[in-house]
Amino acid sequence: MNNTVIINIFRFVLLVLTQVLIFNNLNFLGFINPMVYVIFFYWYPIKVNRAVFMLTAFLLGLTIDIFSDTLALNALASTTVAYLRPPVMRFCFGVNYDFQNFSFKNTTKIQRITFMALVVLIHHLIYFFFEILSIAHILLILKNVFVTGVVTLVLCILFSSLFSPRSE
Amino acid sequence: MQRIINFVLRYRNAFLYAFFAFISLVMTIRSHSYHQSKFFNSSKWVTGSIYGAGSDVSSYFNLKDENSRLVDENRRLRKLLFNSISDTITASLDSTVMQHEVLSAKLIKNSYISPRNYVTIDKGARDGVHQDMGVITTDGILGIVENVSNKFATVQSVLNTKSNINAKIKGTEYFGSLIWDAKDYTVVQLVDIPRLVPLVVGDTIVTGGMSSIFPENVPVGTIKKYDLNDSKSFYNIDVELFSDMANIKNVYLIENKDKEEIQELEARTIE
Repeated sequence: MNNTVIINIFRFVLLVLTQVLIFNNLNFLGFINPMVYVIFFYWYPIKVNRAVFMLTAFLLGLTIDIFSDTLALNALASTTVAYLRPPVMRFCFGVNYDFQNFSFKNTTKIQRITFMALVVLIHHLIYFFFEILSIAHILLILKNVFVTGVVTLVLCILFSSLFSPRSE
Repeated sequence: MQRIINFVLRYRNAFLYAFFAFISLVMTIRSHSYHQSKFFNSSKWVTGSIYGAGSDVSSYFNLKDENSRLVDENRRLRKLLFNSISDTITASLDSTVMQHEVLSAKLIKNSYISPRNYVTIDKGARDGVHQDMGVITTDGILGIVENVSNKFATVQSVLNTKSNINAKIKGTEYFGSLIWDAKDYTVVQLVDIPRLVPLVVGDTIVTGGMSSIFPENVPVGTIKKYDLNDSKSFYNIDVELFSDMANIKNVYLIENKDKEEIQELEARTIE
């Protein structure tokens, strides 16, 4: 139990640093900055206190916001993802999710990718919508959500297979 | 009562989410209309130091380019200096009569793809930086200092939907406001230029002297295309920036020494 907490704190710090020092400066094709820290919501233990999870998500988002001067956009998107994670998981993994010993080991790759894609989609929709907050820019918002989302998803899949946690 | 408590307990996660979402929404909406938050910004000690460390490493990668750019600028300034009349050089270099003070700084965090871009520089209150100083690059303008900590400062870039800088067409006195529509980081918009002004694609846009933040005639960019706005009486001009916003390392901060006097006078006039 204690071990999990330490691992998650470590992940938190490392993901914040990777995000703000590397991925926020990527500017791939001039407008794509993938938000790789979203993988935190994939790696975070499944059966946990939701309140603590939401608080962690809020803090993670806020830290990244302070670094990138986008006050509370990441916090808003992260908290929403944290709040919606259980229903999304139930949607992706079906009844398996309600079993006590559910873990990613007994799910298919497709299910996991769907889950990750949904998490990225929710996060990016909220982030880019509130970033501009204007219906006149709807095409720009959708372009950003789609293109950045795809890049984020690809990177998240790579990261998850590179650093797959042994415990899960 | 028991029921109410049970209800709250049952939906405690939803309430918690609503609480967090509310906080973030308030902050987000504030950031759309008001100034950047005084407490949470990247000029603070922790964030500034981490960016500083990151920039120490990455600055080595383009040291060569940066050097040649600075030498090029020096050459241009030397040329200006040698080609001006010698008497006026010594007169104008006397620092007591100079209206503008210039500081130099390095960018430690650049940002240009979000609708509200802020960059962070490695000079702060300790070095004499304060709010509302103009920031320029070798080629053109960059933005205005927004928040200052002891060692760092954040700059509101021209690539910020909240930015509004006074600019004019070079050689004339027709001035308008420089704004950004968040679409392309190489192009900003100049509005409120009256219809009767003759425009040509390629004309140079410079800062106007109206704001006391930037000195007059700092280059901004060239006209890329223009058309009339909805009321058909003013132009909407797309201005292609001289500064390559994606590739900035060394910047200059300009302080107008007469600014306080001007502002004081203006305040008194309004009263």
